[in-house]
Amino acid sequence: MKADPKGVLTGEHYLDGDHACAEGALAAGCRFFAGYPITPSTEVAERYVSRIPMVGGIFIQMEDELASMAALVGAAWGGKKSMTVTSGPGFSLMMENIGLAAMMETPCVVVNVQRGGPSTGLPTMVGQQDMMQARWGSHGDYQIIALSPASPQEAFDYTIKCFNLAEKYRVPVLFMMDECVGHMTEKVVIPKPDEIEITPRRLTKLAPEKYLPYKTNGDLVPEMIVAGTGYKIHSTGLTHDERGYPVMSPGTQDQLVKRLCDKIKLNADDIIEIEEDQTEGAEVIVMAYGITSRVTLPAVFKARKKGIKVGYIKMITAWPFPEKRVRELAKKVKAFVMPEINLGQMVLEVERCAAGQAKTYHVPHAGGWVHDPEDIYQVIEEAVK
Amino acid sequence: MASLKELAAREQKLAPGHRACAGCIPALTFHQVLRSAPGHVVASCATGCIEVVTTIYPYTAWKIPFIHNAFENSAATISGVEAAYQALKRKGKVTKDIKFIGFGGDGGTYDIGLQSLSGAMERGHDMLYVCYDNEAYMNTGIQRSSATPFAADTKTAPVGKVRKGKKQYPKNLTEIIIAHDVAYAAQASPSFWRDLNKKVEKALSIEGPAFINVLAPCPPGWRFPTEMGIEMGKLAVDTCFWPLYEFENHKRKLTYKPKEKLPLSEWTKHQGRFRHLHQEENKHLLELAQQEVDRRWKELLFLCGEPA
Repeated sequence: MKADPKGVLTGEHYLDGDHACAEGALAAGCRFFAGYPITPSTEVAERYVSRIPMVGGIFIQMEDELASMAALVGAAWGGKKSMTVTSGPGFSLMMENIGLAAMMETPCVVVNVQRGGPSTGLPTMVGQQDMMQARWGSHGDYQIIALSPASPQEAFDYTIKCFNLAEKYRVPVLFMMDECVGHMTEKVVIPKPDEIEITPRRLTKLAPEKYLPYKTNGDLVPEMIVAGTGYKIHSTGLTHDERGYPVMSPGTQDQLVKRLCDKIKLNADDIIEIEEDQTEGAEVIVMAYGITSRVTLPAVFKARKKGIKVGYIKMITAWPFPEKRVRELAKKVKAFVMPEINLGQMVLEVERCAAGQAKTYHVPHAGGWVHDPEDIYQVIEEAVK
Repeated sequence: MASLKELAAREQKLAPGHRACAGCIPALTFHQVLRSAPGHVVASCATGCIEVVTTIYPYTAWKIPFIHNAFENSAATISGVEAAYQALKRKGKVTKDIKFIGFGGDGGTYDIGLQSLSGAMERGHDMLYVCYDNEAYMNTGIQRSSATPFAADTKTAPVGKVRKGKKQYPKNLTEIIIAHDVAYAAQASPSFWRDLNKKVEKALSIEGPAFINVLAPCPPGWRFPTEMGIEMGKLAVDTCFWPLYEFENHKRKLTYKPKEKLPLSEWTKHQGRFRHLHQEENKHLLELAQQEVDRRWKELLFLCGEPA
């Protein structure tokens, strides 16, 4: 399906990442936005608010982030593609309802423009410290999809991808931006509507009397309905069977929770997107995401000039983690180096997947600014020894 | 009650030299409230303008114990401090008389902090909560809150070709708190500083939960000249948009009645956020805003046992 021309502002623009994200959402067909002001994400909401009267859709400012996330769940079941945007403290408040959305298999997009934490932390300054929270933040076992853009252009492009993945897998998709990408202004090219691929909702063709809301057809993702169109469905955060009725039994729990995880895990190859450069024959591979994937480049270039064989991986998908590729490469390289603006989060995944076959080096940064590329270079030099 | 001389002689609990904007009435509100509180005070403050401008590292303007918590929990936090104090007092480990004041802006009080405030008021802690209501999320750059007036221009309820600012009338938070049947509640304005001063003294002298809602004009958010803050507060009161009243012993009482009730336009005409209301094509919106002010004023007069 192609994008609805009403939401697509085709042309060349000079936008910051927050504004580009709002344009991506409009292009993707997002027509419901529930939000709450929080630095450095508020501009996404402000852009959406100023544009939506012309496009046709709804913005509601909620009383807090708990309400924002709950409204998304409601709007998605009401048939709309929906999103919210927040930063650290708001992301924490959304966690219970993100789990609810995962349990009810509600397609929606949550944008987190990351700032330094914990708590109020550094409201106006960069961090990449919510990456593990994105994966594990709500209670219970579930799998999630999370993407991370490195530029305003990617903020536009991958917001669309977030919506497409949310529809395809019926899961909340987390867009893990960071303050630098959110507030940096660059050229953004918005294509024509017929050049933008949109994944429509997986609506059932079955008649109401034959439809079971959580029955799957072998691909692990059940078909959905729009509330108010004649289907009497029961949707709940309780453990439920194919009818959606609560069933408190280990058997139903086993079936449901395993499927919630498997629909992401078994489709990881389809979901994961990474960019590789000179990884074949590399001695050491630098992996990074978000703004750090750009700050890393001068270090990579310097190392190559000095004759070190350095491969580079930019992770666009953070979750599910590109496990298979890291395991393959771990057999061939001496070491992985991961700079990130936290004290060690995604690097734990690299280390787990390298499984002792290659060394893993972390380049930490507590937040508030990006790395000095020289610090990353020093670790590359150490890793290759 | 403390005389003006006594008030002036008291040591300031909030030091000057903080980073508030020129003409910031919320900052003045904090000064007035804290000056009205003699003796030991422990304060909490939700995330917001005043928290930011009084506490940016490496400085703090607070000369008393101060807790900045998250956005939604100023009242809950100070209620915890108060409960601990009561326990220590019972055991004789603390003998001083200490007052507890929770602060929050309208976002942190009307919206995200309402649950925590309601809980604290209902549990009956011996504390005062002061809301400095500047009628929008000013700290994040002027987004609407449930305290924002009808038709006001904000970044998330903007004025444009299709929409004309906020569609809803402001939430009546003072009445919500009064519905908790608290020991004391009031609406106040730093433009009527003596009235505010009396209300704070009274709130702190009465045992039990107290609440004061202070309208605190914001020059950049409301878009009026920085020297007009006190005038903006006065006009809000004299147009009966922000009546000054108190609730005590289950009864409401007006503490100030304008000699002449001014039309709402006398207040709105000075503010950029209401500029569109004074254009011919939006006259009906100003009328709607006026009608709601009149309705609420009439209702309040009835509740206060005043002649209409």
